[in-house]
Amino acid sequence: MAITSEPSGAPPRRWRERFPLLALILQRLGLSALLLLAVSVLIFAGVEALPGDFATTYLGQSATPQAVANIRSELGLDRPVTTRYFEWLGNALQGDFGTSWASRNSVSEQIGNRLGNSLFLAFFAALISVPLAILLGLLAVHYRNRLPDKIINVISLAAISLPEFFIGYLLILYFAVNFGIATFPATVFEGMGFVERLKAIALPTATLVLVVLAHMMRMTRAAILSVMSSAYMETAELKGLGAFRAIVKHAAPNAIAPIVNVVALNLAYLVVGVVVVEVVFVYPGMGQYMVDAVTVRDMPVVQACGLIFAAIYILLNMAADILAIVANPRLRHPR
Amino acid sequence: MKDYTNYLASRVTAGGLSRREFMGRAMAAGLTLTAASHLFATSAQAQEPKRGGTLRLGLEGAAATDSKDPAKALSQFMFVVGRCWGDMLVESEPLTGAPVPALAESWEPSADAVTWTFKIRKGVKFHNGKELTVDDVIATLKRHTDEKSESGALGVMKSIKEIKADGDKLVLTLTEGNADMPLLLTDYHLVIQPNGGLDDPNAQIGTGPYKVVNFEAGVRATLARNADDWRTDRGYVDTVEIIAMNDATARIAALSSGQVHYINRVDPKTVNLLKRAPNVEILNTSGRGHYVFIMHCDKAPFDNNDLRLALKYAMDRETMVQKILGGYGKVGNDFPINETYALFPEGIEQRAYDPDKASFHYKKSGHSGSVLLRTSEVAFPGAVDAAVLYQQSAKKAGINIEVKREPGDGYWTNVWNVQPFSTSYWGGRPTQDQMYSTAYLSTADWNDTRFKRPDFDKILLEARAELDEAKRKDMYRHMAMMVRDEGGLILPMFNDFVNAATKNVKGYVHDIGNDMSNGFVATRVWLEG
Repeated sequence: MAITSEPSGAPPRRWRERFPLLALILQRLGLSALLLLAVSVLIFAGVEALPGDFATTYLGQSATPQAVANIRSELGLDRPVTTRYFEWLGNALQGDFGTSWASRNSVSEQIGNRLGNSLFLAFFAALISVPLAILLGLLAVHYRNRLPDKIINVISLAAISLPEFFIGYLLILYFAVNFGIATFPATVFEGMGFVERLKAIALPTATLVLVVLAHMMRMTRAAILSVMSSAYMETAELKGLGAFRAIVKHAAPNAIAPIVNVVALNLAYLVVGVVVVEVVFVYPGMGQYMVDAVTVRDMPVVQACGLIFAAIYILLNMAADILAIVANPRLRHPR
Repeated sequence: MKDYTNYLASRVTAGGLSRREFMGRAMAAGLTLTAASHLFATSAQAQEPKRGGTLRLGLEGAAATDSKDPAKALSQFMFVVGRCWGDMLVESEPLTGAPVPALAESWEPSADAVTWTFKIRKGVKFHNGKELTVDDVIATLKRHTDEKSESGALGVMKSIKEIKADGDKLVLTLTEGNADMPLLLTDYHLVIQPNGGLDDPNAQIGTGPYKVVNFEAGVRATLARNADDWRTDRGYVDTVEIIAMNDATARIAALSSGQVHYINRVDPKTVNLLKRAPNVEILNTSGRGHYVFIMHCDKAPFDNNDLRLALKYAMDRETMVQKILGGYGKVGNDFPINETYALFPEGIEQRAYDPDKASFHYKKSGHSGSVLLRTSEVAFPGAVDAAVLYQQSAKKAGINIEVKREPGDGYWTNVWNVQPFSTSYWGGRPTQDQMYSTAYLSTADWNDTRFKRPDFDKILLEARAELDEAKRKDMYRHMAMMVRDEGGLILPMFNDFVNAATKNVKGYVHDIGNDMSNGFVATRVWLEG
């Protein structure tokens, strides 16, 4: 892996040994850039491979040959694929993601709004679900195989087993239609007050929390349980530590790597994978935006969304790896 | 009889009778279509409109890719938004479909219907304060017709040869005579914009009853009443909020919880459940849209008229209307025109499900083996179910239909108008002439049944320039019979537009022109209480 560019002057070996973590981060960042480039090629090829181009799919049944030809020549769709890709890449590297072919609006501007909305929803869903999942996991370990453990398990499993749209519909039916206490639709828009926004996202947030809770909770429980059976936990118990304190002080740091990884995956899901929830609750996030764009082969938008999604996945996974390494001294000093 | 129709009219005024019921009963009592329509309209309008309030609509069909340029409006969402902020030169009368003045105050054809002179309304102001002139009109029409145009109205506009001003009047010269010219200008893309929208096609500045306050593609549009509106009989609510809701269940939930006042595209499968909600009214309007099964007349095995007839007789139309439309529609007769069109040829025998006749023609055609029908959910709601139902009814006639389900993505590019036998839909057109010219003329781009008959083309062109209505009606009958008996079109049903509103929405006009009161829903209704 000689991708990382070494700072000039400093002998590589000494520099790497002095800052192993920084070296690792830089190496990962370099790799991520390559990965993003590969993703952009894949997306471009994928959209090209779909039947129909932008002009025909955008006009749909009402396409006339002349209107199709006009759109093609205006957007330069009649030029070779490679020319179009490198032209896009050249602009993107300079930070210009172009304008949407369909709406002729700036892609960066539109994505700014949509990404903001997605992050807003994901942030509050994470803020509730991550601490709740870990707390419930710890409780489940504490009361292992007793009633509270079983209740937590059954409820969270039930929540994850129902499809997310179904949970969404149930919440809408009871809280918006029957009791009339929740806001629906969850449409947020520019100029909406913060409190209003919070009210609007209450139901989608609840749905997302229910969907991601079980996964994180169960991983916390499993990881800590496996640590609990080790010798040092027995020692902790023998030296008279309280059970909860032993879990928090000794078991949790050793179990953190798998938990952080699951949390990172779920966070990524909260940002990029919630298109169904967006549709059900009429929430204007990134997922719906990208689906709309793919439907009409709006390449600049699809590319920009795809890259952002990929970047979020890569960054969150990198953050999870780094956290795991920081938390565990054995991983920090390999060999 | 007069007392009875007066009684019906009073029930309309009280809001207890829909247009459908009223028309049915009034016509049964001997009133003509036009008279009944007129009576209904005046009675419906007798309710005193209330001003004020915020009207919220939850509409299907919006996408983040929607363009603000009316020339490129395609979705149902943009259709309604455009009707709120803009005006066309001509509108169509909601119940008869006849052309009525909008920004054009009046018009006059030449004797051969080739040259049309439109008088443009004076004293109308755009939202930016500028006064409407004939130059704005000319610039608009030119933008939609020039060779670089990407306008959805291009097909409609290509019969216009020259656009020019004569003083403050607009003069249009056509490539050939067309008695229906004013109706072409009702197309919803043809919104008159200041300087034709050449400066900024996306400005959303027009002469309509509402000004656009905020617009976020695929999310939401808010509009406020235009205090300087040139008309007083529209724009009753103060603000209109249109929310994009692409999920059918979300729309129903939003309506039944009272968060929105009106939704479109109610699924026929669930309409009877929605009907039970206490505060909801179903608004169904019979229209010109139809669901079709189309065969290419020039490709084997469909180049054999006996096989085509066999497939037409094998269609159980009544069952289709009941099962696929939930009863919200009417049976079709294998030609694309129904009684809502002017000069509808009455009295053509209704083709019914007849396995014996189907079997007779099938044997005569000499075809053996199965017939491949391609379909997809995007062809029309319930298209896959309809194809399977058709398979069942054809089996009783000894015809084996193989149903192939195609992916919705790319259906319009790869299957419709490409494969020899598929399912599809058509929205209506303002006139019979336009419907036939769009899809049944030999040279039409969208001739999706490959119906290429010089004799048919000749009558179509003759009828277009014919100003004598009786003669014209005869020609349309002849054309309908040709398509019905020799064409590649199987037309089992005309679908109603099924929408729903809360009960405090008043003044809804059932417009035969198009869905959602021809897009004018937000400008025509008011809120009670």
